Amino acid sequence: MRKSIIAFGAALALGGAVSSASAEEIVIATVNNGDMIIMQKLSKEFEDQTGIKLRWVVLEENTLRERLAADIATKAGQYDVISVNSYQTQLWAKMGWLTKLDDFSASYDYDDFIPATRQSLSVDGVMYGAPFYGESLITFYRKDLFEKAGITMPEKPTLDDLAGFAEKITDRENGINGICLRGKPGWGENTPLITTFVSALGGEWFDMEWKPRLTSEPWRQAMDWYLDVMKKAGPVGAATNGYNENRVLFSSGKCGMWIDATVTAGYLLDPKESQVSDTTGFAPFPVTDKNPQAAGWSGAWALAIPASVTDNAAAAKKFIEWATSKEYARLVGEREGWLLAPSGTRKSTYALPEYQNVAEPFADKVLAAISAVNPTKPTVNEVPYTGAGFIDIAEFQALGTTIGQNIAAALSGSKTADEALQESQAYAERTMERAGYYKK
Amino acid sequence: MAGYQMKRTARIALAPSVLLLIVGMIVPLATTLWLSFRFYNFMNPTLGGFAGLSNYEFFLTDPAFLQAIINTLLLVGGVLAITVIGGILLGLLFDQPMWGRGIARLLMIAPFFVMPTVSALVWKNMLMHPGYGIFAWIAMKLGLPPVEWLSNYPLLSIILIVAWQWLPFATLIFLTALQSLDHEQQEAARMDGAGPFDRFIYIILPHLGRAITVVILIETIFILAIFAEIFVTTSGGPGYASTNLPYLIYVQALMQFDVGAASAGAIIAVVLANIVAIFAIRLAGRNLTA
Repeated sequence: MRKSIIAFGAALALGGAVSSASAEEIVIATVNNGDMIIMQKLSKEFEDQTGIKLRWVVLEENTLRERLAADIATKAGQYDVISVNSYQTQLWAKMGWLTKLDDFSASYDYDDFIPATRQSLSVDGVMYGAPFYGESLITFYRKDLFEKAGITMPEKPTLDDLAGFAEKITDRENGINGICLRGKPGWGENTPLITTFVSALGGEWFDMEWKPRLTSEPWRQAMDWYLDVMKKAGPVGAATNGYNENRVLFSSGKCGMWIDATVTAGYLLDPKESQVSDTTGFAPFPVTDKNPQAAGWSGAWALAIPASVTDNAAAAKKFIEWATSKEYARLVGEREGWLLAPSGTRKSTYALPEYQNVAEPFADKVLAAISAVNPTKPTVNEVPYTGAGFIDIAEFQALGTTIGQNIAAALSGSKTADEALQESQAYAERTMERAGYYKK
Repeated sequence: MAGYQMKRTARIALAPSVLLLIVGMIVPLATTLWLSFRFYNFMNPTLGGFAGLSNYEFFLTDPAFLQAIINTLLLVGGVLAITVIGGILLGLLFDQPMWGRGIARLLMIAPFFVMPTVSALVWKNMLMHPGYGIFAWIAMKLGLPPVEWLSNYPLLSIILIVAWQWLPFATLIFLTALQSLDHEQQEAARMDGAGPFDRFIYIILPHLGRAITVVILIETIFILAIFAEIFVTTSGGPGYASTNLPYLIYVQALMQFDVGAASAGAIIAVVLANIVAIFAIRLAGRNLTA
């Protein structure tokens, strides 16, 4: 205990003294998702072209988000290029913590980006994060299991449809779970997924007075639906499964359905990556009659530069321009297979015949899913915040972390759904009050 | 006896290292103390200024606080119980002359050299995983449903992992203590007709008193600060079921970015650790001077 305190104190004391890498060597912090691993692999090309050395820090998603937040808030400048999502880009750009990315060369073609993706990474029309891939939510399902059970996936499935299907195709004897959903606690893991279910049921996080609404009817219904379907048709140990764990489960044939990020579509059709590539189907995010417009979250993984980076800013910009260019998409397609080309960012990628050939089963659906999200009106009622799945306030990370813990506790059975929601509500009230949104 | 001159020289020679220790302890502690009275949140630079006691109030009224204290003590108590009892038994075992004793001892000590994060990952993914862990496999072979260790018994799982790491240390200390036990005394007791159980209670256990004290003292200091195992396996969850005090402080500081409340928590933790330490040192003092 004493040790950790000293370490924490020292970290604070030394925060300003940590030097970043030498000139023409940049440090890139990123997440261990497949697309970033590919970027790391292909970056040899960039090093050879420019002579700039790259140092990689690859972390698990939750850890990365913590590190980056601490780094950027204390202006430590340990990283020259950081991987951030739309939420962080919006928040940090407004704080003045990120460098503008509006001066890339003409061939970069800003107008080529899908408007929804570009907007989610821009503040007042200026881009602060360059889209690495854009995503929303989509339902993946196994056509062979559906056929065997004699059911068909409707054009626009509802939450109830999915629950029914999940039960029908569950076959635990043979290790097939009807549905896999994120259970791992985290503000970038299970919390935004549940948030989108709540939106589908017409609910929201806060009313117009910033009073938390976590014990309202839509939250209860969303929790009931989620816990019920996971109990009847989910995998064991679901409370520790995040995006990457579920991806392994689905692609090794252990899930009948999976609602998750659109960016996974290409992997699931790639025989090298997935054992169910020949039988994976795609359906929209589930809706309800309360909110027939329901869509998933709007999000993008993007590359950004902390404002505290000065010496290496030019080299960092060069790298970002390379990694989010039209040519990069082509490079991924040629080297790694077109299925893995960055999705949801550039219109030009979707216009390439090579991409259309292989991505035909999902390309339109992914585009539709990304375009369907409206962050300014994420749910039925009027709300004081923007953001679908993620809320654009500084407190969301803390809220999402703790509430994710409570949801995971309900999933593993150590709390009831009611306890989880009540504790979340109490915590949210405490947090919002401390942050000065309202007085008791 | 050393003369006055000698003593003074010794003091002067010691001064730099003592100074370094003091600086290394006081500076962070003072920084933390100062921060604990300020409003300071990484993510919200508009907040600031003097907070009075509100950080302390915020930390102490955290619904997780009481549970974190209880978990911290359970963790220390549980691991101590397992390592002291298990360590004595293993010490007795390895004290027996047997074939391959050297190798066996080496294997016994091995877990102590595995990094906490690594051993936590091995336990999480290779042993306790309900899908493909060895425990699940054993359960399946016995026709039982696999246990979801980290979801259903989070604190017990952490206790087991930490105990596994500290068992070698305890065993090693007890083994050396046992080897210094006078064999003639043991022999004499046997001749007088004392059974193995009596010999253990009246000869071996009193002899081990000092070793037990040392094990309790050193392990307490380290286990109060357990962090990596929790971070890697359960992230303090589900809910707060496996959140101990260091982990709670970490959550405040680096997940909620509330440096003020985290610093207040750190100061509270220092106070609690000192209370525990005073007890432990008293206990040890009695035993070590005896």
